[in-house]
Amino acid sequence: MTETTIVSGQHAHHDDHHGPAKGIARWLFTTNHKDIGTLYLFFSLIMLFVGGVMALLVRVELFEPGKVLMNPEYFNQMTTMHGLIMIFGVVMPALAGLANWMIPMMIGAADMALPRLNNWSFWLLPFAFTLLLSTLFMKGPAPDFGWTFYAPLSTTYGPASTDFFIFSIHMMGASSILAALNIVVTIFNMRAPGMTWMQLPVFVWGWLVTAFLLLAVMPVLAGCVTMMLMDRHFHTSFFNAAGGGDPILFQHIFWFFGHPEVYILILPGFGIISDIIPTFSRKPLFGYHFMVYATIVIAFLGYIVWMHHMFTTGAPLVAQLFFMYATMLIAVPTGIKVFNWVGTLFKGSITFETPMLFALGFLVMFTLGGFSGLMLALVPADYQYRDSYFVVAHFHYVLVSGSLFTILAGVYYWLPKWTGRMYNETIGQWHFWLSVIGMNVTFMPMHFLGLAGMPRRIPDYALQFTDFNQICTVGAFIFGIAQLFFLYNIIVCCFGKKPRGLPGRVWEGARGFEWTIPSPAPYHTFEVTPELTSAEARAKF
Amino acid sequence: MAGMSDRKLTLVLLAGVIFMFGFSYMLVPLYRLVCKQQGINGQSVRSAATVDPHMQVDRSRTIRVYFTTVLHNDIAFQFRSLQRSVEIHPGERKLIYFFAENQTGKDLTVQAIPSITPVDAARYLKKTECFCFTQQYFYQGERADMPVYFFVDPDIPKNIKEITLAYTLFDASGFEKKKERYHRKGRIDV
Repeated sequence: MTETTIVSGQHAHHDDHHGPAKGIARWLFTTNHKDIGTLYLFFSLIMLFVGGVMALLVRVELFEPGKVLMNPEYFNQMTTMHGLIMIFGVVMPALAGLANWMIPMMIGAADMALPRLNNWSFWLLPFAFTLLLSTLFMKGPAPDFGWTFYAPLSTTYGPASTDFFIFSIHMMGASSILAALNIVVTIFNMRAPGMTWMQLPVFVWGWLVTAFLLLAVMPVLAGCVTMMLMDRHFHTSFFNAAGGGDPILFQHIFWFFGHPEVYILILPGFGIISDIIPTFSRKPLFGYHFMVYATIVIAFLGYIVWMHHMFTTGAPLVAQLFFMYATMLIAVPTGIKVFNWVGTLFKGSITFETPMLFALGFLVMFTLGGFSGLMLALVPADYQYRDSYFVVAHFHYVLVSGSLFTILAGVYYWLPKWTGRMYNETIGQWHFWLSVIGMNVTFMPMHFLGLAGMPRRIPDYALQFTDFNQICTVGAFIFGIAQLFFLYNIIVCCFGKKPRGLPGRVWEGARGFEWTIPSPAPYHTFEVTPELTSAEARAKF
Repeated sequence: MAGMSDRKLTLVLLAGVIFMFGFSYMLVPLYRLVCKQQGINGQSVRSAATVDPHMQVDRSRTIRVYFTTVLHNDIAFQFRSLQRSVEIHPGERKLIYFFAENQTGKDLTVQAIPSITPVDAARYLKKTECFCFTQQYFYQGERADMPVYFFVDPDIPKNIKEITLAYTLFDASGFEKKKERYHRKGRIDV
């Protein structure tokens, strides 16, 4: 009874639209793209802290040589879980959440094209991660073979809990595939009339390309873990040499998924940055067309470089050279992007709000990560760097100050639009500066640890590495504490008492459909499809 | 906007997803094929090579071939080559022996997996006879000499002067090929 009154009350409020259902049912059965986006983002936030605590435990263990906190077996479980959670539980859901919130609003659509599928693709995730995390509480070890789960570590020698891991990967994969499917159909079919391909916001472009990457490689990952399952239980020998298989084959299949995966983690982020930098430079994006083409070229090259992860597996020289040059070629489109971002900043009237700070932090540190990537691409150098802390430093520079910073930038950028409340700028600035300091103090010394010969995935190390490891651990805690400032801002914006109400165009330099609607964004937007006249199009780009 | 309906586009994309799942399995034979062509991971020396009847022995060159053996998972086997190395001219055929003894205290099927380094030499070392072409069934305590008949293709690049042929002996129980359970081809009982 009360529900009817509330709903009819909102009838009056939202010009004839239904408001959300009340209670838990709203979140369980929702087909609203904004609700699902919110679910994705909160899920990702929780996982960020779960995975973060694991990273801190790893860093505590590495504070001194010898045993500090846990035995090596548990250390291996922590590094494995940390990697899996951060990649599949934090970055991918956060990007999917941003896609759900922003893509319909950016292209002037009322919702995603397949809203029920959308609900399912989110709700697979909590079950997948419950399955994965439950292995920590089982008898016997949780998955402990690293997030790359190389055979035979995960097949012949994998703990019993590996099967839980396999099914949770299946579920995450299904979730990603459904989300990608939805995004492609939405972008293809639901753009506002008159919005041509070359008028799409760059974030939408980034996600379109990413969705195609997901559709192509997530099934390969599913095939890979299915083969593992068969090897473990059905007496096949895809990866077992005793039965005529080959463990190297595992690495090929895994990295055929794994390398495009790293572009899945970063391409939407490139899009976010390409929206934020013009806003706070008060200039249109420099070289829009080149940005779009560069995204497509990066995605294409991403498919043909997987073997640079396996230079030391005994590949013929020709193959090593091919993959080395193809890998180095990726620096060209990426360089175009960095150049265009700098070009956008050039002579702009720049202000340094939190989203812009994160975007600039990304710009500098992602480029650094790209350079260490180039070093790793060189075959003779890679023989030296592989499996050392240099690799750990490299991929944390591109994933933390790359993917994670773009997500944080995006959240700060759109949070006022979502909630109608401005985050606390001082706290935001603290969050940024502590994050940058913490991140560099943590990962910069790892370059040198790696060059000095410290191997990765080892709970113990030689005495001479102690000083730098202690610096890393201190940095990790600074970075961890910094994220509490983020949490504060999220909570204040979402659940605070401050009255809602900001102008539709929260940032005066912002362009695009999403800023033409009120803040907070109403539950239903663009029920009347907007027309994109040429004058508007000019204003937009 | 002309184009496919939501439903049709979804089905097309789903078909792509299913294709890519199949493709992951297609990578298995594809990988075997490439490895066999390139000689990677011993794939080219797991089956008998055919000998070109016009093959000339190149006496101007000598290549030293080393042999080494590894027991996977430390199974209780004696397994070693009777010679540490041999010198061979490209095109010349050589016969060498490996010795194996089952000390596990039970009957066991084993499989030897060859591997050749340097990688660029892999596809030029060829075998016409080898105990590694099939699984080998050993009774408890059984001993055997196992011959390998091999040659080096005269097309081998000039810079290669040494080749190592390594065998890893795997316990193949659980993977026995039924017909070959008592297969003892390619060896001499001692």
